[in-house]
Amino acid sequence: MKISKTNIQKLLKKFGQLFNHGDRPWFGLLILMSILVLVLMVGIGYLLWRDSALSRSSFGLSFLLPTKDPSWDPVNSDFQAWPFIYGTLLTSVVALLIAIPISLGIAIFLAELCPAWLRTPLNWLVELLAAIPSVVFGLWGIFIFLPQVVTPIGNALYSAFKNVPGLSAFFAGPIPQSGSSRLAASLILAIMIIPTISAVSRDVLNAIPPSQREASLALGSTQWETIWQILIPYGSSGILGAVILGLGRALGETMAVTMVIGNSIEGTISILRPGYTMASIIANEFAEAVSKLHTSSLIEIGFILFVLTLSLNVIARLLVWSVTRKNPQEARS
Amino acid sequence: MTTNYSELLKRGVQTRRLRRKSVNGFMLSLTGILTLLALVPLFWIIGYVIYRGGKTLNLAFFTQLPKPMGMAGGGVLHAIEGSLIVTLMATVLAFVPGVLAAFYAARNPNTPLGIALRFSTDVLSGVPSIVVGLFGYTLIVKPQGHYSAFAGSVALAILMLPTIIRTTEEMLKLVPGALREGSLALGASEWKTSLNVLLPAAMDGVITGVLLAIARAAGETAPLLFTTLGNERFDLGSIIKSGVQNHQGIFQIMGRIFNSPIDSLPLTLWKYAQQPYPERVDQAWGVALILMILVLTINVIARIWIELRKKKLRG
Repeated sequence: MKISKTNIQKLLKKFGQLFNHGDRPWFGLLILMSILVLVLMVGIGYLLWRDSALSRSSFGLSFLLPTKDPSWDPVNSDFQAWPFIYGTLLTSVVALLIAIPISLGIAIFLAELCPAWLRTPLNWLVELLAAIPSVVFGLWGIFIFLPQVVTPIGNALYSAFKNVPGLSAFFAGPIPQSGSSRLAASLILAIMIIPTISAVSRDVLNAIPPSQREASLALGSTQWETIWQILIPYGSSGILGAVILGLGRALGETMAVTMVIGNSIEGTISILRPGYTMASIIANEFAEAVSKLHTSSLIEIGFILFVLTLSLNVIARLLVWSVTRKNPQEARS
Repeated sequence: MTTNYSELLKRGVQTRRLRRKSVNGFMLSLTGILTLLALVPLFWIIGYVIYRGGKTLNLAFFTQLPKPMGMAGGGVLHAIEGSLIVTLMATVLAFVPGVLAAFYAARNPNTPLGIALRFSTDVLSGVPSIVVGLFGYTLIVKPQGHYSAFAGSVALAILMLPTIIRTTEEMLKLVPGALREGSLALGASEWKTSLNVLLPAAMDGVITGVLLAIARAAGETAPLLFTTLGNERFDLGSIIKSGVQNHQGIFQIMGRIFNSPIDSLPLTLWKYAQQPYPERVDQAWGVALILMILVLTINVIARIWIELRKKKLRG
């Protein structure tokens, strides 16, 4: 083929058609990057699964199951994760119990009652609470919050439940003078997840169409009755989603909890004693893990944490989506 | 007798109305009180960190390397340098994939890949940071055989991705459709429209998203624990000086920086807070103050910017 002007033009035209004026590579790039995000999600799970193989084959299911006498012994290579799973579940659930009423109150206040000029600043302040780095929470916790708030509360709980049968094991004390305990972790966690739960519930309340409120008020209900009997049930699945999101955050929170929970492996189930969570054992021991089995066991704990938070997040997002998608055109912004 | 009944009925209605009204008043004011209660820790933390940290801050704190344990004085220059290097590199790593993925999500929100993308972005933002740290370890540290600043940046970049994607996507959706159609009608191709019309229009929002992501990443400790590990003797100045003296190229020097274990502000705070020396604990409060000012300022600026921008775009 001779190289002539027309030939080059033809070639260029063909080239342009092939790539659709650069749009084909562009879309390819976009799709590639989107797939990258999906691959990341899968990749995290896969790598943790692969690298925990040693621990899975050595201990099997007994690694996770509740045991009377769990051991975590790097010297003799005997690992069981139950105390950490228990610590994580206990602190997160207690944190939720404290945070739910407060967050609901905040969400109701911000969505329904707050005067318009106060709404934006208050929204910001609540969200700023979520922006404070968790190490700063931990530092404040160790030196201020624990001795001044947690220790008195712990002592009061201890003396209140000392002689109650059934509950005394759960509140077995005494709480250490420093305040480092599962109770401290729960309280710090509660403070840290309040912004999450209240922000999402606020959005859910805002997404409820005004006609619901107007109908209820027109029937003669008070404002509180409207909120409690109409709006909360209407948005209940979204609010449940918010609570689960908060739970997911509490399960995975690492630094603040590691700094205040006391990091000790003792056999008690008491909330007033120091303990460990899944995240805090990884943070404390991973960099200094002595054997391959030790590393692998810690990675397996990480894998469980990943699966747990992943499934909670999927459920929560589906719930929140189901509410906020219902009436998009009617929702208040 | 009938009058008595109506009297009783009336009284019952009145007490019931009174009860409903007082419950209403009580519960409504309770929500306000709970809101105030939640703000107590915020002001308590901010106030106390400023009080304690303000006493430690001086010029040496920003310009000197740490003194040996137990000695007064010295600074956290190594951590400031480390934080800057790791966070900036994470931003570079996360920016392009994040923005491009956001273009896809904004353009095709309802294709299977679009739905999967938006869903996994939401879910990715809920993955615990310690798990991302483990991922960084298994992905980079273990095959390479050493801790490095690069591994830490990858972990932080993963944490930044969801924020960047979400804010960029929202901003792109706010750009009026007429702009896009106008550009396409003039014969510009899709990618030219995206890069030359849509991206500039949404740029403010994209930058705010990146800022928010930086604010989040700068405060993270858990992903760095076993990726960058920490390194009290890290000294950017001396690395560059020795590199120049030995006639190393710029890439060699950068390679040395990215391949060495490195410290960061939150990591330093965590280590210092656990040490028995009071000087170190004081310095931990100083670090907390720097971190908090950094994070809160970025947050406030970004939010104000986003509010203004949204107002402008909505017209």
